Amino acid sequence: MSSQTTYNYKVVRQFAIMTVIWGIVGMLVGVTIAAQLAFPDLTHGISFLSFGRLRPLHTNAVIFAFGGSALFATSYYVVQRTCQTRLFASGLAAFTFWGWNLVILLAAITLPLGMTSSKEYAELEWPIDILIAVVWVSYAIVFFGTIAKRKVKHIYVANWFYGAFILTIAVLHIVNNLEIPVTLTKSYSFYPGAIDAMVQWWYGHNAVGFFLTAGFLGMMYYFVPKQAGRPVYSYRLSVVHFWALISTYMWAGPHHLHYTALPDWTQTVGMIFSLILLAPSWGGMINGMMTLSGAWHKLRTDPILKFLIVSLSFYGMSTFEGPMMAIKTVNALSHYTDWTVGHVHSGALGWVAMVSIGSLYALIPHLFGKKHMYSMALVEAHFWIATIGVVLYIAAMWISGVMQGLMWRAVNADGTLTYSFIESVERTYPFYYVRLIGGILFLSGMLLMLFNVMKTIKNPAPADDAIPQAA
Amino acid sequence: MSSFWNAWIWALTVGNILACWWLIRWTMKNRAGEAASGDVTGHVWDGTLEEYNNPLPRWWLWLFYGTMLFAAAYLAIYGVGNWKGLSNWSETGAYDAEMAKAEAEYGPVFAKYAKTPIPALATDPEAVKTGRHLFLTYCMQCHGSDAQGARGFPNLADKDWLWGGTPEKIEETILNGRQAAMPSWKPILGEDGVDKAANYVASLAGHKADPAKAEEGKKIFQTNCAACHGMDGKGNPMLGAPNLTDKTWLYGGTLRTIKKTIAGGRTGKMPAHKDLLGKDKVHVLAGYVYSLSHGG
Repeated sequence: MSSQTTYNYKVVRQFAIMTVIWGIVGMLVGVTIAAQLAFPDLTHGISFLSFGRLRPLHTNAVIFAFGGSALFATSYYVVQRTCQTRLFASGLAAFTFWGWNLVILLAAITLPLGMTSSKEYAELEWPIDILIAVVWVSYAIVFFGTIAKRKVKHIYVANWFYGAFILTIAVLHIVNNLEIPVTLTKSYSFYPGAIDAMVQWWYGHNAVGFFLTAGFLGMMYYFVPKQAGRPVYSYRLSVVHFWALISTYMWAGPHHLHYTALPDWTQTVGMIFSLILLAPSWGGMINGMMTLSGAWHKLRTDPILKFLIVSLSFYGMSTFEGPMMAIKTVNALSHYTDWTVGHVHSGALGWVAMVSIGSLYALIPHLFGKKHMYSMALVEAHFWIATIGVVLYIAAMWISGVMQGLMWRAVNADGTLTYSFIESVERTYPFYYVRLIGGILFLSGMLLMLFNVMKTIKNPAPADDAIPQAA
Repeated sequence: MSSFWNAWIWALTVGNILACWWLIRWTMKNRAGEAASGDVTGHVWDGTLEEYNNPLPRWWLWLFYGTMLFAAAYLAIYGVGNWKGLSNWSETGAYDAEMAKAEAEYGPVFAKYAKTPIPALATDPEAVKTGRHLFLTYCMQCHGSDAQGARGFPNLADKDWLWGGTPEKIEETILNGRQAAMPSWKPILGEDGVDKAANYVASLAGHKADPAKAEEGKKIFQTNCAACHGMDGKGNPMLGAPNLTDKTWLYGGTLRTIKKTIAGGRTGKMPAHKDLLGKDKVHVLAGYVYSLSHGG
């Protein structure tokens, strides 16, 4: 078959495999820093293994290496199949694979060495930022080029979300990383003081909204109806929740800066749009879950569907919790505590990781000419281990977060604080142990997945599907 | 902010909420020729992907409308842009009000100790307990929860005092802060001079030192260091110059650290707490600190 009559699965295969590998690396670093909190002297004195250096490595690895690879893999797959055309500019697509992995490699070297621009989720220094921008623009060209040469009239809903994610991340990345280089490895932000903080959290929350939400909703909109064999629940709901989601997410950033030097009105706007965001977020959850109506029995037998539907449950829970935490009076209790960490992980593990894992289990056999994964029993085992891991993790962080918040604000009859900070740390230890166990479980599930994937892709069969010719 | 930016913020904020409202109404409309509710729309992707033309779930719509109405009410109360809202609330105003309330409620608790001398406070269990809570909130970050200090931060539980350990001196230190001023001697003494002086200082405390270097260092010490640390090296609490002949070392007493201290200088800073805590609280705090070294 000539290359123009088949889909380009090579780059999809590459990104799919790297998703599993980077997932394990990123989560291993996560387990390491969770262990450092439970046992503070674990890597004492080794600078490049200290918590402060590894924590940004963990966040960058799981968000951009694991999550990013999952998004590249699935978006390249979905856009081809739903546009019924081969990927635009295959050479450029190959460049995005090697370029993105170079970014990850550079991150894995520079962050432990302590090179950082100090902006959360945007720690990488300016030369790497430029490389990211180049790779991302290439990604946009490949994706939108494929949309442009599509053979079907309508653009499928998954592609709206992937498209919004790609466009917005380009804008966010470039604006937030405007910086003045002083040396090859050090730069300072272009923005002063409170403006810098606002730009950072405009970026930071939209990294959540567009990278970790819109992108993965794109994934959901393809793999849930495919796996369930049912039509998407409501086209109208897709339209409303798409436009409402992308317009209101843009405003939510200031809720990260409640009760700070940010002007009062900015905090007000951040809070109300975070609340309005509840319904558009739940629109995606409803559309995914209700797609199963008429096919609920499949949940009993299909562990892939279990991953997908449970991920939507965690998505619904996190997107309820988020708006509540954005209310200023709730935020006064929750901010700076482990509650925030729990919230992030119910989204990151429960939603992002589980929807990716489910989608990959559906995708990988197809990419390597197999009917299904090597062992569906291992997929089932992975599902339960991962679910228990997430529940342990977030329950521990909820309890410890609320406890910390209450301890920090407790006041004696003479107006002095009842507890010193260190007392709250001391009481947090049991929850650090439980969180560590939850993290280890989640990582173990990923190792099962790696084994299962390796067995599945051994002796691959030809798999580059022919493109159906439009009638 | 200028009226342009004010209008810009208003337009975007209100506009986005109204746009969501319009979006819902527009999407709910039935159009000629479209699929009936409960039927698929007729579009097919990738062989099997279809979509139902189901209506928006009613409970979800109410949720959406509810959050928008909440947002409108909240904006009316708290304002946006230059408008302060119906409540005229501000973060700084709320802070001032809370502080005033706390002052009214707790001020008398501390005011009643104002006339009690510090040594008496140090033996009053109630005052010591309150002072300890203040210490654990404002002081432990540097001096430690047991007040035994850390490298660069003095131990407050022993009998050794940099700036004097009388009740008055302790209170003065907390109120106004202290700024140590050990200059950097390398530009004046040179590498060699620093080395010799350091050996002499080490010998003062009975630490291992090169006797020949220490002998030469003594002259350097008497010319340059004695002004603050005294001819005998016993220090001067008026200047916060530490006693160099005892076992207490703020930054470390090894030859290497002493060299570093002489070469680069030390500028330890205790911040002033007068404005942060007020005189009454500082008085109670001084009572607690005094109790640590006086058997409380």
